[in-house]
This record gives sequence, C-alpha cells and structure tokens, in this order.
Amino acid sequence: MVITVKLFAHFRHGRFKEAEKAFPEGVDCLHVIHSLDFTARDMGIVMVNGLHAALDRTLQDRDTLALFPLVGGG
Amino acid sequence: MDRILRVNLTDLTTRTEETPAAWAGLGGRALTSTLVAKEVPPACHPLGPNNKLVFAPGLLSGTSASNSGRLSCGAKSPLTGGIKESNVGGTAAQMFARLGIKALVIEGLPKGDAWYGLRVTKDGVAIQEERELIGRNNFAVLEAIEGRLGKKAGVICIGTAGEMRVTAANISVRDPSGKLRSHGRGGLGAVMGSKRIKFITIEDEGAPGIQLADPEKFKAASRVFTKALMDHPVSGTGLPTYGTNVLVNILHEAGGLPTRNFTSGRFDGHDAICGETMHDTIVARGGKPRHGCHAGCVIQCSQVYNDAGGNYLTSGFEYETIWGLGANCTITDLDDIATADSLMDDLGIDSIETAVAFGVAMEAGILPWGDGKEVLRILREEVGRGTALGRVIASGAGAVGRTYGITRVPVVKNQGIPAYDPRSVKGIGITYATSTMGADHTAGYTIATNILNVGGQVDPLRKDGQVELSRNLQIATAAIDSTGMCIFIAFPALDVPECLPALIDMINARFGAELTGDDVAALGKTVLKTERAFNMAAGMTPVHDRLPEFFRTDPVAPHDAVWDFTDEEVDAFWNF
Ligand code: SF4
Repeated sequence: MVITVKLFAHFRHGRFKEAEKAFPEGVDCLHVIHSLDFTARDMGIVMVNGLHAALDRTLQDRDTLALFPLVGGG
Repeated sequence: MDRILRVNLTDLTTRTEETPAAWAGLGGRALTSTLVAKEVPPACHPLGPNNKLVFAPGLLSGTSASNSGRLSCGAKSPLTGGIKESNVGGTAAQMFARLGIKALVIEGLPKGDAWYGLRVTKDGVAIQEERELIGRNNFAVLEAIEGRLGKKAGVICIGTAGEMRVTAANISVRDPSGKLRSHGRGGLGAVMGSKRIKFITIEDEGAPGIQLADPEKFKAASRVFTKALMDHPVSGTGLPTYGTNVLVNILHEAGGLPTRNFTSGRFDGHDAICGETMHDTIVARGGKPRHGCHAGCVIQCSQVYNDAGGNYLTSGFEYETIWGLGANCTITDLDDIATADSLMDDLGIDSIETAVAFGVAMEAGILPWGDGKEVLRILREEVGRGTALGRVIASGAGAVGRTYGITRVPVVKNQGIPAYDPRSVKGIGITYATSTMGADHTAGYTIATNILNVGGQVDPLRKDGQVELSRNLQIATAAIDSTGMCIFIAFPALDVPECLPALIDMINARFGAELTGDDVAALGKTVLKTERAFNMAAGMTPVHDRLPEFFRTDPVAPHDAVWDFTDEEVDAFWNF
C-alpha cells in the first residue's frame, strides 16, 4: 500500500519534506517511523489524515502520515 | 518599599505614593487589573477623563530570573469595552523594577491641544510638553529619543495610529536592539493618545536596584527554573530554532489554520509562509533565527528577518501575524507580509487585529484576496494618512464588518479572533468565548494540549474536557502574567514537575514570602473574577461570552467541524 509521509521542522534534515512510500498491508505508524530511522521518543505530534493518532494505529492505503518533533509556539 | 507613580494630565501634576499594603504582593496583570477595577468607573468612556492607563512590571521583573522581563499595561479597552491587560517584552519592565516603581498610573485628560512626553528617572516622573515628535511614527520616535537620551533609555510610545485614537492602536516598547515590541491588543494606544502622551522615557541611572530577601534561595531556584526551560524540547530547541511560525504547518495539517477569513481550516499556500521556509530564508539572507525580546530571555523565540538584499526588514515576526496576512488573507509572499509587519509596527497598530480586519475587508471586496501589495498601499496611504478607509481598517475587524455589512466577522467582545479555528480546536474556542480580554489565544493557550501534546492530550475535535482545560490554563495564565514571566514558560511548566515550584520559590525568595502553589492558583482565580466583575459592571453579560454565529452554521474543512457547545456548557467555565 502507498502512504504519503510528511516530515516537519528538523525531521526534514537529510530526509525529505513529503514522499509517497510503499509499505506492506497492515503496518502501523511506528513501523513507518522506524523505517525512517526515528524512534518513538523523537515524536512530538503524529497525525493521520489530520487527526492525532497513536503510534500503534494501523495505516490504510493512501493515508497521509504527518510527523512532527516536539515544537510549539503561540 | 516599591512606589506607585501617578501622573494627572487634567492638572498636569505628578505624585509618588507608597504602595498600599494590599497591593504589595501584586505585580503585572494582577496589579493593573486590580487597580483598574478599583479606580476606573466601569461605565466610563475609555477615551475620556475617567479611564486610567496603568503600567506595571511583573513580580520578578528586574531580577536575574530567566524570561521575567515582561511589562503589563492595563486600562478599560476602547476595542472591547471591558478591562484589558496586554503584556510585552522590551527593556522597560526591568528598568521600572530596578527604579523601585511598582506601577505608573496615567490619569485625567489634558484640557488643551498640547502633547506631552513623560520622563521617568530615579527622582520620579516629570511631564514635558512635546512638539517635535507629534505626527511621527514609532521608528522615528525611537531614533529621536536615542539621539536625546542615548541608547540605554527605555521608551514606551505610540505611532500616528495612537494619536488618531483608532481602536487597533497599540503601545510600543523599545527592545534591547533599539527596535520595538508591542502591547498589542485591545487598543491601548488609543487610550495613551487620548491622554495626549506621545512617549514615556525611562532612565535608570542611580536606580536602587532589586533587594532580594533571600539571595541564596533565589539563586538555587533560578538555576532549577532555567534548567527546566532549557530541557523542555519546545522552549529549549523548538521555539529558538523555528520561532512561533512553526505552527503554520502544524495547524494546516490539523485543519485548524483559519483560511480566507475563516472559510477553511487548511491553506494551499502554507508552504510559502511556514516556519521551515522562513527559517531557511532568514539563514540564507544573513538574518538571525533566534533573538530575545528582552535581556534575560533564554528561549529567544524571536528573530531578525532581512529582505532579499540582506538588509533588516523586521523582527518579532510572529506566527499570528504571518497567519493573519498569510492564510487568512491568502497572501503567499513572505516578504510582503514582513514589510506589512514593519509598517504596522511603525504606525503602531496591532498586527493581529489589523490582519483579521484585512480578511474581513477582502470578503467585503475592498481589495482582492491575496493582494499583498494593496495591503501595503492601504497601510501606507490610507492608515498612514488617516483617511476614512484607513481609520475603519485600523479600528479592527468588527468595525470593518459593521461598516460594510459583513456577517462573517471573527471577533469576540469586538476583538479579532487569532490564528486557531475554534471549530476544529475546540478548547481555544472556550478561551476566546470566555476570556475577559475578548478573543485572545494567550489567555488560555489550549493549543498546547489540544494540538502540541504538551500537558497531556485533549482531542481538539471533541467537546470533552475543553472547558476544564481552558479554565485551568486561564487561571494559570492570569498568575503567570502577574509574575513578569513570558507565557512560553507554560510549556515546561506543564510538563516539567520542578518548573512551577521553582518559580514560586523565586517569588518567595524575592519578597520573603511563603506562597504555595495553592496561593498562586488563588491569585489567578482572583484576577479573573476581578476582571469579569469589571466587565459585568461595564455592561457585559454572559451573551458576550459567545462565538459569532457563523461558527455554528458553517462547517469548516477538512473535518467539517462546527462550534457545538451549548450556552450552559460555555457558562460553566465560570464555576470556580
Ligand atoms: S520566548 Fe519570545 S516572547 Fe518570550 S521572552 Fe523570549 S523572545 Fe520574548
């Protein structure tokens, strides 16, 4: 299945801004996170299709996964 | 004992008072709101002789505590018709505190047409007639005063917008690099203009300085506090690197980025204006990605943004301004937005109120969507010259909506709604609705917990837990606003257990007090209730604690969210 992965802030360094990636059916967010050499602890905000998601959330074909480090503003 | 300086413009006299015992434990917002509530008749005209303009440094301002240099300004607001406190960095708060000045209170109204400057020194405050700088904007005023008094003098001033007494007029405060920061919201610049005070200068030669009750205890607590700020990922690395504008992409992704005057929660042009793009642009042009608004800020969320030629264009370039002219007005040229930011600073108008006003103006067809150059022209030629259109826009979003018959006008208590859509980030909607200040994201920044996973997680799209979240944050914020601390210390305070106790220890060590966490929470509650009572006496009712109707009727993409709280649910906010 194909997942659109978006990276933000310093997660982009040496990686990418947005990419379509193929993964086996049934993988979860954490699988994608590990495939990009991140750990769960690196994650600030994880969203699937614009909704906050748990790391063990199972992904569906054509989902958009957005990964942010812990950042903020106001 | 710190003193209160009073300036009476009606008879052009000044006096110095001992701080009443009841106010000894107050600073910042707690002091400005207590003083306004006690001394200003709630039903008075905000621009008339009975309103008072109050400046007060926070409880910890002037000490070595990190991020403690914020100055509160309070009055009855000509924008909201209710009480107002707006706080700012810059050098003034620390200078007031070192001079032993608990508050500066400006009262009355001059009888003639003359304008005045106030000069604050160790000997008190003097009123001096001013001719040269009337009709000039902020940067010219700062430069002229630097020429008169040198680089070290603190300055608090208004631009031509404040002289015109328009309700988006703000008050500017000189920052350590000679530029400015603003008491932005609520039209306080119009109050200063009504009193015909163009500027206040502060010289702290010979100041007595701060006497700490327990220097050792203070030092130890201060170390723990600073470490908490540096260790937390948001205040330690996120804010210094990307500034507040990192929020563009986060809110876009979450569907909470108000776009095209609040008709969508996502903006196609987000990449052009986002924090990541801005960071790279700043670095490529030799600007500064990190910069503090006052000495002693260890977070340094601010930045210096240069133009394409590498010359200074603006600083203190915040997410809310970039959102307001960017997504909200669909302008994608960051240089146009930066130029507008600098023009708004110079004229002395609130960049949030003005940007929300431009969104409504675009909806009204006054100028095309996304036309950054026309925004710049209107700022220079209409606002700058005080034309009828310029004055309408510089009176804020509500004024533009009323003048042009528009119904989609994002305001609460007539103050423009900033940067976060309350339909898709519901906690902030409770803050907008209930805040005594009108729509103000900083009054109870639920974005931390709704979106950023700081202080836990409360689902932004569901109603559950939002009222409680907003209440807890508004109480904490009212207390923090009284300490002189920048609100961004709330990120570590929500997550790092040692942070708040260290803050309270510093206050205790400064004053020889024995406050507990409960005392500080009680202070926050008292501040909110004092402000609410003022607003009620000024004619507000629970009906003023409501979001505009369109948030109920118009779903916002991508989550098709609407504002669905009942009146009773919103009113339950005040059950404390
Ligand atoms: S973090 Fe930002 S707003 Fe807060 S004190 Fe520092 S520069 Fe000013």
